[in-house]
Amino acid sequence: MKLSFSAQDETFREEVATWMGENLTGEFAQMRYRGGPGDEHVFVEERKAWERKLHGGGWTCIGWPEAYGGRGATIEQQVIFNEEYARAGGPGRMGHIGETLTGPTLIAYGTDEQRERYLPGILRGEDFWCQGYSEPSAGSDLANVKTRAIKDKDSGQWKISGQKVWTSLAHESEYCFVIARTDSESVGNKGLGFFLVTLDQPGVDIRPIQQMTGTSEFNEVFFDEAVCADSDLVGAPGDGWKVAMGLLGFERGVSTLGQQMLFQNELDEIVRLAKVNGASQDPALRQRIADAHIGLRIMRYNSMRMLSGGGDDGSLQKEAMIYKLYWSSWHRNLGKLAMDVMGPESEVLDAAPYELSRLQAMYLFTRADTIYGGTNQIQRNIIAERALGMPREPRG
Amino acid sequence: MEFSFTEEQQMIRDTARSFLAEVSSSAAVRGVMGSELGYDPDLWQRVCKELYWPAMHIPEAYGGLGLGYVELVATLEEMGKHLFCSPFFSTVCLGANAVLLAGTETQKQQILPQLIDGVTASVAYTGASRRSDCASVEGIWERTADGYRLDGYWRYIPNGHSADVLIVAARTPFSTGPDGISLFVVPSDTPGLERNYLPTMDETRKQAEVYLRDVFLPEDALLGEADQAGQSGECLEKLIALAAIAVAADQVGVAQESLDSSVAYMQERVQFGRVIASYQALKHKAADMMLKAEAARSALYYAACVADEALRGGPLGEELLEAASIAKAYCSDAAFFNAGCGIQLHGGVGFTEEYDIQLFFKRAKSAETLLGNAAWHREIIASQLLDGEVMGL
Ligand SMILES: Cc1cc2nc3c(=O)[nH]c(=O)nc-3n(C[C@H](O)[C@H](O)[C@H](O)COP(=O)(O)OP(=O)(O)OC[C@H]3O[C@@H](n4cnc5c(N)ncnc54)[C@H](O)[C@@H]3O)c2cc1C
Ligand SMILES: Cc1cc2nc3c(=O)[nH]c(=O)nc-3n(C[C@H](O)[C@H](O)[C@H](O)COP(=O)(O)OP(=O)(O)OC[C@H]3O[C@@H](n4cnc5c(N)ncnc54)[C@H](O)[C@@H]3O)c2cc1C
Repeated sequence: MKLSFSAQDETFREEVATWMGENLTGEFAQMRYRGGPGDEHVFVEERKAWERKLHGGGWTCIGWPEAYGGRGATIEQQVIFNEEYARAGGPGRMGHIGETLTGPTLIAYGTDEQRERYLPGILRGEDFWCQGYSEPSAGSDLANVKTRAIKDKDSGQWKISGQKVWTSLAHESEYCFVIARTDSESVGNKGLGFFLVTLDQPGVDIRPIQQMTGTSEFNEVFFDEAVCADSDLVGAPGDGWKVAMGLLGFERGVSTLGQQMLFQNELDEIVRLAKVNGASQDPALRQRIADAHIGLRIMRYNSMRMLSGGGDDGSLQKEAMIYKLYWSSWHRNLGKLAMDVMGPESEVLDAAPYELSRLQAMYLFTRADTIYGGTNQIQRNIIAERALGMPREPRG
Repeated sequence: MEFSFTEEQQMIRDTARSFLAEVSSSAAVRGVMGSELGYDPDLWQRVCKELYWPAMHIPEAYGGLGLGYVELVATLEEMGKHLFCSPFFSTVCLGANAVLLAGTETQKQQILPQLIDGVTASVAYTGASRRSDCASVEGIWERTADGYRLDGYWRYIPNGHSADVLIVAARTPFSTGPDGISLFVVPSDTPGLERNYLPTMDETRKQAEVYLRDVFLPEDALLGEADQAGQSGECLEKLIALAAIAVAADQVGVAQESLDSSVAYMQERVQFGRVIASYQALKHKAADMMLKAEAARSALYYAACVADEALRGGPLGEELLEAASIAKAYCSDAAFFNAGCGIQLHGGVGFTEEYDIQLFFKRAKSAETLLGNAAWHREIIASQLLDGEVMGL
């Protein structure tokens, strides 16, 4: 075991920190620590401009191979980039989905034409993407999607009809990757296709959904014979499930250390508050604050193990399956802790009609952490079945 | 960064696993745990002379193998998993560590080879106290013309009734906290030494009480240089931290085996026409247990890397007390949670003497209490975080 980074990596760390220090200034300074989960509705245009700034410094898509405009950065370097980015207060990345989901998917499963068409826009911070998986009847049970894609005999184009829901940032995106049924007779994970859909067209209607936070980050997306070129189908008709699942495996948790920096930042604020308002003298709260600190340190060690322990093919070891359940549960507890440390002040908003402080917004948003990206119950099913070998859930 | 076992470390763990599967079966554990000694002395000699476990993290200069704390915790984890009954913890994690931290070069040369060779040891520091830090030291030492006089009562001493060599922490009269503390080597035949076995709920881990009544010790009984007498508080603090990491390793083993044996049981037990492993309520409990076991392991491995640098020098060594408290707090809760759930998942048989899960449940609790429970260690972390100056005001 070796916990330190190489000298080369440390030089890289300095490079990132210096660049962030010199560039997250001026018009961008107001966005420091903003735009993260639960706060994604703020500074949208500014954050898009920031993506282009990042590209100017060569800091978008660093994990992509050089052939596609990335840096071919090692796992360690990606970890370091995410850490230093978050440490400097870098704003929530608008380009996140394109960089970490669309890009790697196209690199692995796409055609040259698809790569040439879509990767440069992601790289340059010009095109933004959203994820069209969930539907009203396909949440945890993703394979139950009903959205249909029918190939028009004359034009050879696909026509997509159906409804997606909870589509984060669809209203700010150029493109959406959509799972839809290419074989209308099929059920479950067979007969699906993975489509790259342009959102700015008559067949697509995007309607924001208001969240319990009072803000809108996600949407309903209605497709009514929305058009998609045959060349924008990734893989063959019927390959959709394979591509969709492959995509979920790409991220490999490199951004998690950056996420942890945000968590650390929230915890620091709670600790500071506790010292100021006297909560630090309450024995029960002392225990919980210490527990939060311990939990966050261990989250870091979990991810270090996860990033060190996988196979050469990027596959993860069984213990990586606990990761989502661990951080979502930890963060949800942190939200409650924040409120309890604030005490009576926790009820009082920053302003009418419903302006939440950062910790209040965090508290409410943590209730989504245990739902999106696979609910805690689904995570437990996965752990029990795939890591512990217990029998699979029966299907209705 | 490579936060995973090397091939050699995996080999050491696998060797420990297969050896313990053979010599520390349920029947073997039950065969020795009822006795006052609490372990098989022949087996202990094999552990020392065939497997060299006590030599593992001792530097080669003192006859050791010169491996690190990571190898040590990998082995201790297996001991927890197999409920191993032995004087390993008291001899190596307390005794040898005390000598490594506080002893003079001569003392290391003299004592460590003996401990490697099968002589057993333990460290007595705490009085009849709830505490687990230096403040729990109540026994007294004073200078005499040609050595030292010790007097006092020590309790909860691991293997204290049987250890060949007892290392005792005592303080100068009226000193408090880490001040005035020294460590002394007390041979088992010292006049005025009385040691009594304390029967315990967890029979796999033995404890004793120790009386020193007006005991006179020669100059060289003091661990460390004579002119440093009374200044070993910091060594004791580090010793407690290193030993707490060792206990955490045992706890990870307990947490893992509580999970593994419960899953195995659930895969066989049929109720309502299905194996009970198919019920989601039980699957989810098992998933939570796996989360605890894996997170505990992460905390442990990190702490082991820190312990390595604390012993050999290195920047991470600074984090020793924090890393030990993090590991001991989390692993204590994880082992107890998993063993407790384990009984529940076994149903009625979990409550019987016959099934081993009750032994894990008891070992989880004794390990939790040993060297500070989770709440104790969380309070240590809390005081680091909360009792300093307010930053940024
Ligand atoms: C903030 C936020 C952002 C999101 N962004 C996106 C996005 O960008 N793109 C996208 O496609 N989706 C997105 N989602 C959707 C998200 O992936 C789904 O909400 C999630 O998969 C759960 O599906 P559901 O809401 O339909 O709940 P359901 O699946 O109906 O679950 C309801 C409850 O039943 C439980 N449950 C369901 N099945 C089982 C089972 N087999 N065993 C035990 N318990 C079960 C669940 O755990 C949950 O507690 C987002 C969601 C949120 C909250
Ligand atoms: C101290 C003691 C005294 C007792 N005294 C008596 C007595 O006097 N007379 C008598 O007749 N019995 C007695 N019992 C037996 C007791 O009623 C049973 O132990 C109890 O009903 C559980 O059954 P089991 O032990 O076979 O466990 P199992 O039924 O095998 O259960 C094992 C585990 O599986 C879980 N489980 C089982 N089925 C399901 C399911 N469908 N969904 C989710 N989880 C499930 C259980 O909750 C448990 O965690 C006693 C038990 C004890 C411990």
